Amino acid sequence: MRNIGIIAKRELKGYFITPLAYIFIVIFLALTGAFAFYIGRFFTNEQASLVSFFNYHPWLYLVLIPAIAMRLWAEERKTGTIEILMTLPVSTTEAVLGKYLAAWVFSGIALILTFPFWITVNVLGDPDNGVIVTSYVGSFFMAGAFLAMGSCISALTRNQVIAFIVAATVCFLFTMSGLELVLNFFRLWAPEVVVRTVASMSFLTHFSGVMKGVIELRGLVFFVSLIAFWLFANVIVVDLKKAS
Amino acid sequence: MPEMIALKGLTKRFGPLLAVDNISITLESGEVLGFLGPNGAGKSTTMRMITGFVEPTSGTAEVCGFDITRHPVEAKRRIGYLPEGAPTYGDMTPGSYLSFIAEVRGFDGAEKYRRIADVVEKVELAEVIHQPIDTLSKGFKRRVGLAQAMLHDPDILIMDEPTDGLDPNQKHQVRTLIREMSATKVIIISTHILEEVEAVCSRAVIIANGRLLADGTPEELVAQAPDHNAVIITVDKAKADAVEKSLKGIKEVKSVKAVKQADGTFRFRVRPKKGKLIATDVAAIVRARKIPVREMFVERGALDDVFRKITMPRKSDGQGDTKGNGDA
Repeated sequence: MRNIGIIAKRELKGYFITPLAYIFIVIFLALTGAFAFYIGRFFTNEQASLVSFFNYHPWLYLVLIPAIAMRLWAEERKTGTIEILMTLPVSTTEAVLGKYLAAWVFSGIALILTFPFWITVNVLGDPDNGVIVTSYVGSFFMAGAFLAMGSCISALTRNQVIAFIVAATVCFLFTMSGLELVLNFFRLWAPEVVVRTVASMSFLTHFSGVMKGVIELRGLVFFVSLIAFWLFANVIVVDLKKAS
Repeated sequence: MPEMIALKGLTKRFGPLLAVDNISITLESGEVLGFLGPNGAGKSTTMRMITGFVEPTSGTAEVCGFDITRHPVEAKRRIGYLPEGAPTYGDMTPGSYLSFIAEVRGFDGAEKYRRIADVVEKVELAEVIHQPIDTLSKGFKRRVGLAQAMLHDPDILIMDEPTDGLDPNQKHQVRTLIREMSATKVIIISTHILEEVEAVCSRAVIIANGRLLADGTPEELVAQAPDHNAVIITVDKAKADAVEKSLKGIKEVKSVKAVKQADGTFRFRVRPKKGKLIATDVAAIVRARKIPVREMFVERGALDDVFRKITMPRKSDGQGDTKGNGDA
C-alpha cells in the first residue's frame, strides 16, 4: 500500500513538472465550456441543470483521456526507466495501481476545476444539486474506466502515438456500443445475447443513467468492474512485455 | 556467510534464440565479478535475470538465499542495480529522483535525507542536485544512476557497463568507488574494457553466445594469453640470424617471430611453450654470446588476446574485430 502511494506521488508530480498538466487542464476546461455553451446551449435551453455540460463528457474523454494514459507505460519502456521501476522492491500490481491512481487523480483535478459551471447554475437558478453530485461522481468513474483501458494499452507498446490511437479507438467502441448504428450491425448476424452484451458495455447508456440522478448503482458497478478488469489485464501485460 | 548469489543452470530463450545457456556461478561477499563478452553474448540478459527484470526460461537465481522468481521483492531489496545506459526519469531533478528511490527503499524522514546526502557526496552530485536530469552531461547522468543503485547500501551491486561513455577521469572515479565498496559486498559489473577488469575485479568470467567459457581471476585469464611470458628482444641486423638460431635452440621455446624495425634492427617475439618460463634462458644466451641488446622484456600478455582467443576460437591469432550483433 505504501509503495502505491509513493509511486502515485512521483507520477503525479511528473505531470506538473512538464507543461503537459497545464495544457491538458486548459484544453479540458475550454472544451467543456465550448461544448456546453455552443452545442449544448447551456443558457438558452433555460434549464437549471448541468445536463448540457455532462452530456459531452464521454466525447471529450474519448480524446483527452487516451492523451493522459498514453505515456503511463509506453514512456517508461521507451526511456528504459521501466527497468529501474521493475527492479525496485515493488510488485507489478503496486506499480500499475500507483501509476493508474496518479492519472486518475489528475483527471479528477481537471474535473473539479469545472466547478464554476456548478456555481453559475446555482446563481442563475435552483438546480437539483444531488443530481449534479452523482453526475460528477459518474463522470469521474467513467474517466477512470477510460484511463484503465488506456493504461493497459499503453503497456503494449513503447510508442506513445500508437498507444494514443489504439486507446482512443477502443474507448470509441465502448462509448458507441449502445447506439442503434452499432447495435443494428450486430443484429444482422449475432444472437440476441451478443447484442445485449454489446449494448450493456455502452458508456453512453450507463453514464446517461447516472446523469439522471437515479443513484445508478448498476452504472457505478459497471465502471468499477471495467476498471478492475483492465487493470488486471494491465498487470499481466506489464509482466509479459516489460523486457521486450 | 553462505554464498550471496547462486546462479543454478540459468537459461533464457527468446523464441529460437538461446540468449543465456545454462550458466551456474556462485559468488561470496567481497568478490567483484567482471562479466566479459562480445555484444549480444548474454551479459545484460543474465544481469536482468538476477535482478528480476527478465524471468529465466529455466534455472534459478538466488540472491541472499531468496529465489528471485519466488520471492522477488525480498531479493530486490538486497540488490542495487544500474541498468545499461543508466536510465532515469529525465524530467526530475537528481534530488527528487533520489528522494523517490529512498522512499521506495523504505527510508523516511531524517534517515532518508542522511542517505541521500551520503550518496550525493560519494558520487559528487551536489552541484547539479536541483537541475533536471535531462539537462545534465552524460557523466552526471551516470552518477545519478550510480547514486540510485548505492543509496540503500545493498549487499549486492549489479552494474551493466558502469563506465561506458565516461571520460578517463570519470572512469577512474567510478573504479575507485567500486574498489572502495568491494570489501563488504558482492559486485557484478559487465564491461568491454578489459583493463577495467584488471583494475577492479577479483574474478572474471567470459561468456559468448550465452555460454560461460572461462572463469578465474584476471591473472589466471591473462596466463592463457599466447603472449603470456613471451620475451621480446631487439638486436642489430648483423646479429639477427645468429640470435634467431640460438633462440630457436632453447628447448622450451614454442615459436620465434622476427620483425624488421624501421631503424634496421630486428625485434624477436619469443613465445614459450605453455606454462614455461624462458626469460632466464634467453638472458643466458645474450650473456654467453655477448650480444648487444637494444631492448629486452617479458610480456604479461593482454586480456584482449585471451578474450579474442576464447570468444573467436578459430581466429585466435587474427586481428579481426569481434562482430557486434546488438546486445540482447
